[in-house]
Amino acid sequence: MAILHLIRGKFRAYLPLIKSLQTGLLLSTGVAGYMSAHTAPDFGILLSLSVSLFLAISGSTILNMWYDCDLDTVMNRTHNRPLASGIVTKREALWLGLVFSLIGVGWAFALDGLYGLVVLAGLFFDVVIYTIWLKRRTSWSIVWGGISGGMPILAGRVLAIGHLDLIGLLLAMSVLFWIPTHILTFSMRYFDDYRAARVPTFCSSYGFEATRAIIALSAIIAAASIGVAGVMIGVQAGVLRLMAVLSSGLLLLSFASVFRPSELVNFSLFKYASIYMLASMILLSL
Amino acid sequence: MRITPLNRILLLVTCLLAAYQVVMGINGLENVPIIAYTIAFGVLLVAGLLIIILGYEVLDSPIVVMVSTIIPLSLSLGLIWEHVAGLRLPYLVFALMGFMAIILTRSIRMPKRLPTFVLTLVHGVAGMIVFLLPSILAAQGNTNPGFGLVGLGGALIGLAGLLLYFLKTGKPIVSRQIILQILPGIFLLMTIAFVSGFALA
Repeated sequence: MAILHLIRGKFRAYLPLIKSLQTGLLLSTGVAGYMSAHTAPDFGILLSLSVSLFLAISGSTILNMWYDCDLDTVMNRTHNRPLASGIVTKREALWLGLVFSLIGVGWAFALDGLYGLVVLAGLFFDVVIYTIWLKRRTSWSIVWGGISGGMPILAGRVLAIGHLDLIGLLLAMSVLFWIPTHILTFSMRYFDDYRAARVPTFCSSYGFEATRAIIALSAIIAAASIGVAGVMIGVQAGVLRLMAVLSSGLLLLSFASVFRPSELVNFSLFKYASIYMLASMILLSL
Repeated sequence: MRITPLNRILLLVTCLLAAYQVVMGINGLENVPIIAYTIAFGVLLVAGLLIIILGYEVLDSPIVVMVSTIIPLSLSLGLIWEHVAGLRLPYLVFALMGFMAIILTRSIRMPKRLPTFVLTLVHGVAGMIVFLLPSILAAQGNTNPGFGLVGLGGALIGLAGLLLYFLKTGKPIVSRQIILQILPGIFLLMTIAFVSGFALA
């Protein structure tokens, strides 16, 4: 009974470390990348893909949180996180992140060499390049964070077809350019937090107006990439129409944030962008 | 006023039905009605998602009046194009000019009554077409009787438009609270009527 209680307590403490919504969204892109091949899905492989990606994404997220613990302590939004508030020790988080990452990447390599390489690249870009090297130095670190965010969908595609192709790269590009609509709107919303933690963001480096313009431009490229990828994949006309409708919503909100900026529009764009990505992934899988 | 979980679910079902209609389209149609219906259901879908995400605060935005006009205007354009060949071009011009007029009168300072007059005219004509045309066609036996449900959807969209208008002008015939409580239900019933009406046609 005591052990059960301990396990339940640890589970509750560890769960926020993996940022379940973000991990779930990235996992859905990986599954969509696999399903986009429109071959008869092998459910065993699909399950292995899901578990290996889940572990690798969760592992890199935990390592990110481990490294950024000092920043989380300073920021209002994050000071209650398990590491920042001391519920989980740094040592525990490091071990958990390493174990998740190693099992996830190892499982990915066991499944397929090229797939494993893409998963490893995603982890490397996220933890080493983005988190450890660039995040505290330049606002352009977001590009590398975006590239690592595009790796799960590319990995899924590679696992399904056995090689890199233009569609896979377009899908990865769509995630890369979708990320500013999510992250930059977020960094504008929590501008003071990022400033307090001395993390350079686009809005602190180039101002809010330029950031909004970058968000709008990114949204155009993301919508175009996902649309072209959809056409090349051969999704049905009706599904393409729906993707166009959802993309229009994203573009309208992005333009509204440029021409009629407000906290409401900014927050709408932030939330809508997540739904847009999830819906697009489901549609690409059909 | 906070949006209730039940109303969120009603709006989510509305969005899913609108998405279904966009995907399914209407078989054998030309480009213009397909585009018109896609715009109508697309606007409904995106607007529904925004209300789910942000709650009723969205309805306070000044663009709600413009956006809520797009749905009846594009639906009526699709219906006219499909069923009244002789009025295709004139109605296309009316729809485009009407929408432009609403945007202009809502964006630039105007004499107080002009924006209301333009909105009532454009919304009224479009709403009457969506309500009357399918009802008449179904009653005359020119289409499957089920197509009459599109007319019912037209009546409901008129009701929703009226409630939104009262909400915006701040002179509601019923309280803001009641309007916001029943609006998601009306949206859902309206979408069910449209989707089933088009499916049965």
